[in-house]
Amino acid sequence: MPFSSLSEIRSRLDAGETTAVEVAQLYLDRIAAHNDALNAFVHIDNAHVLAQAEASDKYRSEHDARPLEGLPIAVKDIFCTQDGPTRCCSKILKDFHAPYDAQVITHLKEAGAVLVGKTNMDEFAMGSSNETSAFGPCRNPWDTDTIPGGSSGGSAAAVAAALTPAALGTDTGGSIRQPASLTGITGLKPTYGRVSRRGIIAFASSLDQAGPMTRTVKDTAMITAAISGHDSGDATSVDNAPAVDWLGACDATDMKGLKIGRPKEYFIEGMDSEVRASVETALEKCKELGAEIVDISLPHTKYAVAAYYVIAPSEASANLSRYDSVRFGHRCDNPEDLLDMYTRSRDEGFGSEVKRRILTGAFALSSGYYDAYYLKAQQVRTLIQQDFIRAFETVDIIATPTSPVTAFKLGEKTDDPLTMYLSDIYTIAVNLAGLPGLSQPCGFANDMPVGLQWIAPAWREDSILSAASAYEAATDWTTRVPAQFGGES
Amino acid sequence: MDIDVNKVAMLARIRLTDDEAAELGPQLSGILGYIEALSEVNTEGVAATAHPHDAAMPLRANVVTNGNRRDELQAPAPKIESGLYVVPKVIE
Repeated sequence: MPFSSLSEIRSRLDAGETTAVEVAQLYLDRIAAHNDALNAFVHIDNAHVLAQAEASDKYRSEHDARPLEGLPIAVKDIFCTQDGPTRCCSKILKDFHAPYDAQVITHLKEAGAVLVGKTNMDEFAMGSSNETSAFGPCRNPWDTDTIPGGSSGGSAAAVAAALTPAALGTDTGGSIRQPASLTGITGLKPTYGRVSRRGIIAFASSLDQAGPMTRTVKDTAMITAAISGHDSGDATSVDNAPAVDWLGACDATDMKGLKIGRPKEYFIEGMDSEVRASVETALEKCKELGAEIVDISLPHTKYAVAAYYVIAPSEASANLSRYDSVRFGHRCDNPEDLLDMYTRSRDEGFGSEVKRRILTGAFALSSGYYDAYYLKAQQVRTLIQQDFIRAFETVDIIATPTSPVTAFKLGEKTDDPLTMYLSDIYTIAVNLAGLPGLSQPCGFANDMPVGLQWIAPAWREDSILSAASAYEAATDWTTRVPAQFGGES
Repeated sequence: MDIDVNKVAMLARIRLTDDEAAELGPQLSGILGYIEALSEVNTEGVAATAHPHDAAMPLRANVVTNGNRRDELQAPAPKIESGLYVVPKVIE
């Protein structure tokens, strides 16, 4: 049971073989047993979880079950929830309780989900290893000396170790897909504008998007179906977005006629040779399933990380200016005057990576540098987007590695911010272009999970779900569980 | 590139300790050095992307939708008094 998919749990609930309370208790017990080893959850309220489960069982006894009825879902500490704290794993929000729910939280509640708790993350989602969290690092269930990836590391570790069957993350430059890859689970970043950002603590507003992290492809579809849709309260949420048959797309069992692009810029020197071999083997499997592999080029790929590290910090420096210690957040002791209050509160409240990003952004936006940095990066962003548009004239979908390496050791990259930034080299361009992307497990390298990334044109999550479902059905990677957290099956 | 890290920090309203400034200065120079690669790209006549799907900013009717929630919205504030945010004295 613990390693069951959401859809399997749903079937058992529907058949009356178990109850939402039993399911919730099972995962609460696993959290109690294993969270100390992983630090995946930063907030859990058992009584509140069980109360939601009881309410779900009662609802089911009186009505038709809703789409996520009684299913436990954990959420990253970046989502505002009226229940419990919302801290974005930052000291500056250590006492913050949100006065409202994020729109996606409202959607999950309306779909009958049981919200399990808040998961660990890099502070303000700025990081690729979950090591910048104010609550300490999270660990990878496959080897607790290694990082789970980031920034949604807690959500990834919690799903991989079956402390919850599913979780929500957010993805600004790879923060769903990279940790999904490093922990051997499935994670989807929907098309920008598909899912409301209202009530999600903002990092880089033109890039941020929420999405599911789950054991199977169908589970990502179930959750995305529930959380997506236009929100008049989010000006960047897209009205009349093309609809997708979320669950129907997951019925695919082959790839006949599918043209898969293999971008040469994503298979380069510097990537782990075993990672490369796993992904090449996965592409061979796609061929067996009927797909045609087409070599393509995305020529501006090598500028994606540079463009991202102008755009994301610039937007972050603007977004994080709201932490002024007036309306919410940490305030320093005995401020001498207003300026002292701002500057000292922010120095005390923000961690070093957040300061680095804010300062990078403040510099890029400062007088005399705007054209050379921010404007230039936004133009390069257009070229990166055009690369994809051109590629999708000849292929239906693109397949790449999600990460050039498997999970690295804790502390290995913390001294060198630039090396850490390059962890997201394969995921960042997707955010810049606003496209949907999914990572699913495709093997092991050095005994650690490897992820295969699928990228589709805007609004074509259905193409991704179909290809990933066919691959999943033909392989058994999603059934692998980390031995240390295996428990009974 | 050498940058005056304390000046940038003041723009961002962050007071760095001397140790932080000494560490962040070279790191920022390294990051900006990497970003310099963008200057190789010919972007003449290329439009800048702000919203990935070029969506127009929507307008909504100017009506109150959430009522008066002052107490709840002020609850997270460090210091309030009579419904006002309290900050150090601004004018002598």
